[in-house]
Amino acid sequence: MSGTVTTMARHALISASGVSKVYRMGDQTVRALDDVSLEIGAGEFVAIMGPSGSGKSTMMNLIGALDVPTSGVLSIDGRDISSLSSDELAVLRNRTIGFVFQQFNLLARTPALRQVMLPLLYANPKPSDAEGLARRRLAQVGLADRLDHHPRQLSGGQQQRVAIARALVGNPKILLADEPTGALDSRTSAEIMQLFCDLNAEGITIVIVTHEPDVAEYALRKIVFRDGRIVEDKPQSGFQRRAAE
Amino acid sequence: MSILDSLSVALSALRTNLLRSVLTTLGIIIGVGSVIVMVAVGSGATSEIDRQIASLGSNMLVVYPGASRVAGRSAGAGTRLPLAERDLQAIREKVPRVMAISGYLQGNAPVVFGNMNWTTQIGGVHDQYLTVRDWPLAEGREMTSQEVSTGARVAVLGSTVAEKLFGAGDPIGMDFRITNVPFKVIGVLTAKGQSSFGRDQDDIIFVPITAARGRIVGRSQVVNDQVGQIYVKLEPGASLEEAQEEMETVLRQRRRIRPGTEDDFNVRNLAEFLKARTAALSTMGWLLGATSAISLVVGGIGIMNIMLVSVTERTREIGLRMAVGGRRRDILTQFLVEAVSLSLLGGVIGIVIGVGGAAIVAISAEWPILINAEAVMVAMAAAAMTGIVFGFFPARRAALLNPIDALRSE
Repeated sequence: MSGTVTTMARHALISASGVSKVYRMGDQTVRALDDVSLEIGAGEFVAIMGPSGSGKSTMMNLIGALDVPTSGVLSIDGRDISSLSSDELAVLRNRTIGFVFQQFNLLARTPALRQVMLPLLYANPKPSDAEGLARRRLAQVGLADRLDHHPRQLSGGQQQRVAIARALVGNPKILLADEPTGALDSRTSAEIMQLFCDLNAEGITIVIVTHEPDVAEYALRKIVFRDGRIVEDKPQSGFQRRAAE
Repeated sequence: MSILDSLSVALSALRTNLLRSVLTTLGIIIGVGSVIVMVAVGSGATSEIDRQIASLGSNMLVVYPGASRVAGRSAGAGTRLPLAERDLQAIREKVPRVMAISGYLQGNAPVVFGNMNWTTQIGGVHDQYLTVRDWPLAEGREMTSQEVSTGARVAVLGSTVAEKLFGAGDPIGMDFRITNVPFKVIGVLTAKGQSSFGRDQDDIIFVPITAARGRIVGRSQVVNDQVGQIYVKLEPGASLEEAQEEMETVLRQRRRIRPGTEDDFNVRNLAEFLKARTAALSTMGWLLGATSAISLVVGGIGIMNIMLVSVTERTREIGLRMAVGGRRRDILTQFLVEAVSLSLLGGVIGIVIGVGGAAIVAISAEWPILINAEAVMVAMAAAAMTGIVFGFFPARRAALLNPIDALRSE
């Protein structure tokens, strides 16, 4: 029995088992996640969907090691995040997870190259060729000629590409995107999603949280949350991707 | 994250709000500036006192005649009894540890050499006078005790007089006249410069006191061997206070002053007098010290305030840094480094202003400009400490932010 569990845990990059998250707001308690279990393996492309208040953002915070569950076990890359200190969580985020946000979250008045180097400044040991790594990632997202541009000099789509390069620079196992196309027009959205598909094809695990069905269609697996529980979890063809190709 | 990386982040953040940064450091600027000025004024004043005491002659007491007069007391003849050779003898013999002693009989007289003439101060002195005053000769020789006892007409010139009468020529051995009495130059003194009262100390001629008496300085009605003032130099390490008491006792006995009556002479310690006069300057130093302490506190609060604003403005950035792997201590370090950079920026500007201020004070008080490296270092350390102390609270607040809330903030 225990052998089976170990094997499963080793293969699953993200593993949630009986996870609940309870917030206390005044004298009310809000059960944002209620006994959720799920596994995401290496190389998957998952879309997490659900209306606001469904618990999908809470789930994303847990997968991103930004928060820990109230009860249950959530493991990332084989480590139970409840057992980690806040510094150990920071190291886990630095090495294992790349974040992409709806509002890009780029630093003001900072050139693209330095934006992308940011996670490497916190890495230990700090890579010797941080600038080279950042340069390569910017080239990978198609911004090789925008190294010195500040966010204000870039379009929305370009800013999100810088953010994706930043998420990738530390060579993480998981790319975690929270509404990555929420601030973009539909054409740019499609380009960004295509970039995610290409990255996934190269082997990186991608988890996208979104409420847009169009965006979710790019993923190969869709998990739908409602009232803190998973109501749907099924593989899908990802036809949007092929349609775009 | 290394300190160097933190520093580069901090500097670019400060550059972004350059005007705000500089204004914030105003308190630190004033604090550090006044530390520099305070120390410079303090050490300038001390060195000035030392210089004046040295030019006066160290370990020296002066006896003045008849200075003590109480209102209501009759000004009888005995109350203005001048000091005489016998008083000087008594001090030389009865007061222990006297190294050198001389009378000083002062007058003003016209002096003539060829077609040059000049009016100057004449000092009738004993042979030990230059020893008492620690006043070295530039050339020639001092007068001998024999010249003093015989009333030889020889003169030692102050450098100003030597220049006025003889110009570039060599005055040694030359004959000149003081109020029509011929004198021979035997020595020229080194320049002493201005006294603490602004008088040119080198505008003077010294002659044997016996030669001055009657010829240059009027003869006293009461005693025929008056010596004016008596300058006494004590051996190194001798207590001036004890010597002063001894001298008073000896003079009271010799001048037959009954117990309970006022002295008809006055023994003064000029060095003490000068120190008291410059005490006002050290009070100014203390005031500046208080100013700098208050300014550093006010400056520190300014820095704390602006750092709190900065943390609030950059909450999202802090959240992002945490998300990409910044640990709490990285965030803490970053904001501490920023606060310290801010206070050191103020420190550097303060030093520049302080050095300028010290120079202005030094020039107007005619002191040497004394900026000591320790004061600069202490001031910088004080600025850095201010940054650490007052930057800690905002930095800690940043470090303890919840990354989720921070990322969500507007």
